[in-house]
Amino acid sequence: MSDPPTHGHLLDESVFGEPVAAAQAAPAGFLLEALDLHKRYGHSEVLRGVSFGVNRGDVKAVLGPSGSGKSTMLRCLALLEPVDQGEVRLEGRRIGVRESRGRLVPLSEAALARERSDIGMVFQRFNLFPHLTALGNVMMGLTEVRGRSQAQAREIARNMLARVGLAERETFYPSELSGGQQQRVAIARALVMNPKAMLFDEPTSALDPELVGGILSIMEELAREGMTMVVVTHEVGFAKRVADRVIMMDGGLIIEDAPPAEFFEHPKQERTRKFLEAVH
Amino acid sequence: MDFRPSVFFEALTSPAFIAGVELTIALTVISMAAGLVLGLVLALMRGSSVAAVRGVAWGYIWIFRAIPTLVQLLFVWDALPQLIPTFRGEWFSPFLAAAIALSMNEAAYASEIFRGGLLSIDEGQRLAARALGMSPRKVFGKVILPQLIRVTIPPLSNDFITMLKITSLASVISLQELLARTQSLIASTFRFVEYYSAAAIYYLVLVSIFMVIQAQFERRFVWSSQAPAGRLSRVRQLAALR
Repeated sequence: MSDPPTHGHLLDESVFGEPVAAAQAAPAGFLLEALDLHKRYGHSEVLRGVSFGVNRGDVKAVLGPSGSGKSTMLRCLALLEPVDQGEVRLEGRRIGVRESRGRLVPLSEAALARERSDIGMVFQRFNLFPHLTALGNVMMGLTEVRGRSQAQAREIARNMLARVGLAERETFYPSELSGGQQQRVAIARALVMNPKAMLFDEPTSALDPELVGGILSIMEELAREGMTMVVVTHEVGFAKRVADRVIMMDGGLIIEDAPPAEFFEHPKQERTRKFLEAVH
Repeated sequence: MDFRPSVFFEALTSPAFIAGVELTIALTVISMAAGLVLGLVLALMRGSSVAAVRGVAWGYIWIFRAIPTLVQLLFVWDALPQLIPTFRGEWFSPFLAAAIALSMNEAAYASEIFRGGLLSIDEGQRLAARALGMSPRKVFGKVILPQLIRVTIPPLSNDFITMLKITSLASVISLQELLARTQSLIASTFRFVEYYSAAAIYYLVLVSIFMVIQAQFERRFVWSSQAPAGRLSRVRQLAALR
């Protein structure tokens, strides 16, 4: 069974009841930026100095073999993992840290929570809350983080679920939804927070092949509407079509960062060429 | 065969017996509630990033699971007042001593059940809740706890039934619960069969009632839009059909 496509805009002032954060005028420079990120787990260094920036409204696709540090990089950007060294900047402002007696120290978990709510994240395995309906999942951030009333949250969540094509499924629990439907709920759950940027961690890798297209088309729609996105993916077609720039990661480093035409037609690195041959 | 139904039925309905049953229920509920709260704290302590906190919880569980419940009960009632003068007061009743010993004992077992439950919850749940911007307290209360309750209902129900039965140990510290009442009635009548049978019937009924409550409770944690509705909501559905 295929779900209806999206209805109306995903980013809509009338749904949020406030201006669309992703479309706000911003200071010049990158909207989201990583500067020299280092991350180590025990003896293995997963990120070894990762730097890149995403312009407002741009889509950055991240390719690379498993274990290259893609997911870890995304989690560091989402402030879910503290970095050992380096900075994450949102709208030019360094996030995840505060100044204390002239030194920068990591924020407390409670303060980090507030900063995280500006960046939406979608996971490979959906990670919906199994004890809540589709509607309950989408309402969670609105009531518990944004402080909306139940009635307000319900209206916003219903509206967003309808726009990702799930108006008929709002009373269903995650276990009663297909993978594609679950991922739509997860995207709606992140979007209702009115985020400034969205991070996708292999959003279609856990889906049956026939469900991949639906999720990719929602992401394409989001990109068209001007959402700033970083997408870790193996979908080369999506990267070619939608991304403004494509990054290749290997061994905890970015080894290539280029516009898609250049990236796919004339990759500079031998490693990138080999990888592209393997995934094709 | 020497069984006198009249004695048996008299025992079942005697006020002394019923008072004992009431005490048994009260001790079970209070000890279980306190044990669950302490058990949850211990389980969270075992997941702490501070080694000393983990160590304290581990030590507690080690000690309270190793020492027989009866020894703990006697220790709290007899040894504690000798050790700490505060406990020599009138206020330190057999009921209080039993509640302290049984809840501390239960906490050790419940903490292991909670720990297992916490381990069974997918890490992605915490990750998704944190990514939304939920505070640590909300992540636990709104996302982890509901899932934890669901997986721990069956094993904790087991503990509840065990608790109901081991309250009878408190008869040795002169608490007039069901078994102590039974024994004092036997002492004056020597009708072992009738009185022990009556006591057994009461335990059976209490456990049966609890099993019904457990089933109702579990039903509330079926996460399905087609969940078998509780009796009350089924009545509502029928009413709505008209």
